[in-house]
Formats: sequence, structure tokens, C-alpha cells
Amino acid sequence: MAVHTITVEPTGQQFLCPDTKNVLVAMEYLGCDGIQVGCRNGGCGVCRVQVLAGTYTAKKMSKAHVDEADLAAGVVLSCRIFPTSDLTVRVCPKPTVEPALHPTASAGNDG
Amino acid sequence: MAITGVLRPGHMQLKVLDLDEAVEFYSNVVGLVQTGRDATRAYFKGWDERDHHSLILRDAGEAGMDFYGFKVADDATLATLEADLKNYGVTTERVPAGDLLETGERVRFQIPSGHLIELSSQKTDVGNGMGYINPPPWNEAAERGIAPIRMDHALLYGPDIEKVQALFVDVLGFYLVEHILLEDGKTDLAIWLSCSTKAHDIALVRNEEPGKLHHTAFLLDSWEKVLRAADLMSMNRVTIDMGPTRHGVTRGTTIYAFDNSGNRFETFCGGYQSYPDWEPLTWTWDEVGPAVFYHDRKLNPAFLGVYT
Ligand code: FES
Ligand SMILES: [Fe+2]
Repeated sequence: MAVHTITVEPTGQQFLCPDTKNVLVAMEYLGCDGIQVGCRNGGCGVCRVQVLAGTYTAKKMSKAHVDEADLAAGVVLSCRIFPTSDLTVRVCPKPTVEPALHPTASAGNDG
Repeated sequence: MAITGVLRPGHMQLKVLDLDEAVEFYSNVVGLVQTGRDATRAYFKGWDERDHHSLILRDAGEAGMDFYGFKVADDATLATLEADLKNYGVTTERVPAGDLLETGERVRFQIPSGHLIELSSQKTDVGNGMGYINPPPWNEAAERGIAPIRMDHALLYGPDIEKVQALFVDVLGFYLVEHILLEDGKTDLAIWLSCSTKAHDIALVRNEEPGKLHHTAFLLDSWEKVLRAADLMSMNRVTIDMGPTRHGVTRGTTIYAFDNSGNRFETFCGGYQSYPDWEPLTWTWDEVGPAVFYHDRKLNPAFLGVYT
């Protein structure tokens, strides 16, 4: 088992990731929180990052959140990539609007 | 027959990233019974369900829900409800018999939250494997994996949920069981609707992005089995989102977890029995935490922001 160092921009947070664990779950195991955690299975898109440096293998990811152009640019879902070298990633969440607990947000587009 | 019209949730077609991996998950970890397969889809039911299937998995390269269907009493009811929908201004289409295995014609329509809903009256009765004369109480399928009894309900995310409520109540005969109010004390953040004596058959949370799935729920019959489900989830490295815990709304006990395509599913037990003449229960915005997660008394970050 090889172990690699993951650096998360913009915070600079670092954690170790064995090549047997995906980047997101390795982050959680060590109590780090630089990337948002959702389904941990490549479906919801909240853990989206761009890999700035390093190499990895990837499992299937939802095409609703990562398309061909994204993949070519190194944009991936961090819960589906396994490092094969040290990695530097930048948080790159999908644009999302959460329902807010006040009525103006629910009625308009200003949420 | 006291339950007429729309009887119960009949099926959900779920999008998955990899069909073979999803089939393995729902067969062996969730413990549903596989009943069929076509070119792009696999069909499942809970061990005690009698109709051919309730959950359909479609190889889609993404997660989410294609449609959610309800079983109605008979062909005449289907025709009546179709006409009622049209009179209400809803565009409907008929999906031919056999499009889903062992299923008759379906009436499909889009609701204001962006979801596709279906009604159908015919699905082959394949039974629960224990026969209709002098049956035993359960069989080995009731103990394989988490082994839910049946698909129970779904929570959908989308806009205009008051219009969805009006359609389900005025046309389809559902009633409001509980709701969570926003700060203005008038607008609903979330609604729980029933067509039966279950505390909910469908629920909706107001969300700007239309057509989204928060979870599909599977029924267990005891808190003990909810804890057993949690053990099986950890043994199989299933991602748990929340629980085991209790919902304030419906009082049901619960685990939220994710399947291997990232779709949230719930193992749900209980919920009180409800009746259409009951006054709906109201939760105010400042008590939204215990309404959703009764023990933690707060939402987790994923509740509003993570869906497929
Ligand atoms: S956490 Fe949902 S796609 Fe990674
Ligand atoms: Fe639920």
C-alpha cells in the first residue's frame, strides 16, 4: 500500500491518503474537512475538485456533475479518485442553491 | 373497500452509475429480491411485496430519479384519474403496457416540482413466495441483507410544493399529515402527504432546483431491525448519512444512507397511523432540527444540500 499526501487549495490543508482509499474518505478518516462531503459515491457532486498536480485513477462519476470537458481539465469527484502520486486539488463545487429557511429565498431567485 | 383511488407507491425508477454494481448492492446489501431484467434495467421488490417490482434501476451514468409511480385500484380508477388530471390542466401521456416488465399502461405526468409521476392499475401479482393458503409468516428472503418489507415512500426536492400539494389533494385524493413552516408562518418548507393510513406516501421539500430526489425509503418492522441495518451498512462499508435516529415528523425511526451511485435511501420503521380527517401536525421553522432529526435537534449539512 502506497501512501500519498493530498493538499487541498485554497486552505492548504494536507492529509495522507493510501492508494486503497478515495481522496474524500481519506480526508474524513483523518478528521479533515477541506472538501464538502455528500454521498461519497460519485452521485451528488458536492465533493467536486480540480486536480492541479499529480496522478490518480478514477471510478465512474455522475455525468451530471463531471462532463468530458471537466475530465479533460482534471475536474473530478474526489470521492471517486484514488491517488497514484501526491496530489494538489482545488475545491470546485458545482453551483448549487440550497433552500433557505426564510420565505424570500423560497419565493425568488435570491437565495 | 375503504381504501380506494390511489392505493400506494407502486414503483420508482432510479438512475445508477453502474448497473451491475447497483444490482449487487440492492440484492446483497439492501436485500431486495430481483425479479427481472431488460436491456437497460433491473427490477426488484421487497420480500413481502406481491406485485412484480417496486424498485427499477436504470443504467444512466448519473444518479437521481426517472419517475415515481403509484398503484391505483383498477382500470376504471386509472381512466377517471387521468380525466381528472386533464380537467385540472395537467398534461398526461400513456406509456404502453409492457414498457416496464409485467406492468400495464401507465399514465404519466409532470408535477410543478419538476418530477415525473405515474399512475398504473396493472402489475403482475408474483406473490411473496409464501402462497395464499396457510402461509408461513416469513421466509429466508426476509433475513437476507437488510431485507426491507417493501418500498415505503419517497422525499422529493423541487419548487412550487404548494402546487404539488394542491394537485395531490384535489385530484389524487391525498391528505396533508404534517408540514414544516418557513419563517413567515405561512409558506411551507416541507410537506408530508398520505393516500392511506401511513404517515406519508410522498413528501416534498422546497428547493430551487427542480426534479431532485432526496431519498427513497424502505420499510423495516422494528427498531431492532433498524440497528441490524446499521450493522450491515458498516460491515459492507455503506456510507451512512444520518442515524440510526428518530424523525420528529412521523415519529419514524430511521437511517439515511447512500447507495453505490450516491442516491440516498432510508431504512424506515414505524411512523404513526394517520387518517384523512385528522388535523395536520405543524412544525415551526425554529424547530426544524427536531422535526427532521429528533435526537440531534439540528439539521446536518447534507440534509438540504446533498441530493441527486
Ligand atoms: S460526495 Fe457525492 S459525489 Fe462525491
Ligand atoms: Fe423518509
